[in-house]
Amino acid sequence: MRVHFTVNGRPQQADDVWEGESLLYVLRERLGLPGSKNACEQGECGSCTVRLDGVPVCSCLVAAGQAEGREVVTVEGLADHARQRARATGDGSSGTSLDEAKGWQAHGADSRTGEGAELSPVQQAFIDAGAVQCGFCTPGLLVAADEMLERNPSPSDADIREALSGNLCRCTGYEKIMDAVRLAAARQSEGV
Amino acid sequence: MDFLRPASWEEALAAKAEHPTAVPIAGGTDVMVEINFDHRRPEYLMDLTRIGDLYEWEVGQDTVRLGASVPYASIMEHLRTELPGLALASHTVASPQIRNRGGVGGNLGTASPAGDAHPALLAAGAEVEVESVRGSRRIPVDDFYTGVKRNALAPDELIRAVHIDKADGPQQYSKVGTRNAMVIAVCAFGLALHPVTRTVRTGVGSAAPTPVRAEAAEDFLNAALEEGGFWDNGKTITPSVAKQFADLCAAACNPIDDVRGTASYRRHAVGVMARRTLTWTWESYRGARRTTEGAA
Ligand SMILES: Cc1cc2nc3c(=O)[nH]c(=O)nc-3n(C[C@H](O)[C@H](O)[C@H](O)COP(=O)(O)OP(=O)(O)OC[C@H]3O[C@@H](n4cnc5c(N)ncnc54)[C@H](O)[C@@H]3O)c2cc1C
Ligand code: FES
Ligand code: FES
Repeated sequence: MRVHFTVNGRPQQADDVWEGESLLYVLRERLGLPGSKNACEQGECGSCTVRLDGVPVCSCLVAAGQAEGREVVTVEGLADHARQRARATGDGSSGTSLDEAKGWQAHGADSRTGEGAELSPVQQAFIDAGAVQCGFCTPGLLVAADEMLERNPSPSDADIREALSGNLCRCTGYEKIMDAVRLAAARQSEGV
Repeated sequence: MDFLRPASWEEALAAKAEHPTAVPIAGGTDVMVEINFDHRRPEYLMDLTRIGDLYEWEVGQDTVRLGASVPYASIMEHLRTELPGLALASHTVASPQIRNRGGVGGNLGTASPAGDAHPALLAAGAEVEVESVRGSRRIPVDDFYTGVKRNALAPDELIRAVHIDKADGPQQYSKVGTRNAMVIAVCAFGLALHPVTRTVRTGVGSAAPTPVRAEAAEDFLNAALEEGGFWDNGKTITPSVAKQFADLCAAACNPIDDVRGTASYRRHAVGVMARRTLTWTWESYRGARRTTEGAA
């Protein structure tokens, strides 16, 4: 079947989608957006977290056909999403094209400092706080953390833990992740 | 596989009548796991997420009519006052991502003995509104669970809503697991005080082939509370009464040994949760009595 939906602000279409396929599979294998990670395919790890009509969900548990006509934001579109939010006005040229999204890493970024890359505040905070080790859990955590900061600009530690309780990390021990989200919240409130 | 996308409830009923083997998919948090792991290859997958009614709830005089697909996150946010037991149970389900998608209709569809909505529904009192092209009926939740992962739905029926009695007193939900998030219950216990009818109702999860009420324990406690005039005098429940209640709740279990826990642990834990939830709810009932009646 064919599925039409909005991905990172741009209309997209996926062809030859098997009816039992997940949204995660469509994003990674049909649209070439490997940012959302596939680790468990059973909702346990959160590494496939995307926004579906604004709501964080495990894309591995959304049937592709359920995304028809809906809006999806993946980690590749997070910088643009955050920019839109900051501007709070649409200027018509918003969104992230598939090519931009696929080539996201290649924009002269220094992967250690994030310099030269388009990053959302929460992405920059993860780099600055050292919250990324192997990085497999990072995209899901970024999407979940960014959504929480949108809803709750000054979260308590308990709020952060709760919001990230569906995302597993096997490397960091979570402390640096907590630091990163606190940092992003602090910078957000200072308007940096 | 065919993907059916009914745009309305009537279309969904018609599709289910035409294809009784079609598997409804709401939040997908049970169905997609089975498909991803090749445990299920349904001929038809029927998406219920386009049917707006299923995401609505109505607070009535005595009951809340909860649309089958209202996600746990909305129950926690909007129905904490009317359905405190179910809101607490909802908060223990999995993770924010799962609670944003999954709901009570899917929990009832799966009818796992470990489903967290069940003990809360049993304790509060609820009826499941199901419908097919043949008509609509209401199944008391006590009769809904017919076996391990089996329910009273006919092949052509769908769950439309759940009618849950609004809380008339304190309710609690307690769950045993290895961590706070993302945990399937080792066992769970829901308890609701109903001061209007002067009864206490229970629901036990993951400790028998189906979710069950501990009816002998309820009967004992109701009689003991009546006899001691507890509802009127608002005294602390006698430890021996609480203990007997807890023992009878443990005796209502018919648990198994599995990877999550042993049968004897489950029985023990249900007794502990029964005593604790009774104490918590009773203390809050006493507190409320004191503030509303000004009595010490
Ligand atoms: C990681 C993870 C953790 C989980 N943790 C918990 C937990 O802690 N506690 C818990 O209780 N559950 C848990 N679950 C299970 C699941 O989230 C719940 O059972 C949830 O309530 C299912 O709702 P859903 O809308 O996603 O159902 P779906 O997966 O869409 O459907 C579930 C079943 O119900 C049927 N169905 C759905 N809607 C209807 C309807 N309207 N009429 C008839 N049949 C219908 C479907 O055909 C299917 O058989 C977990 C699942 C995952 C993936
Ligand atoms: S891959 Fe979706 S939650 Fe793990
Ligand atoms: S950084 Fe490796 S899993 Fe989180």
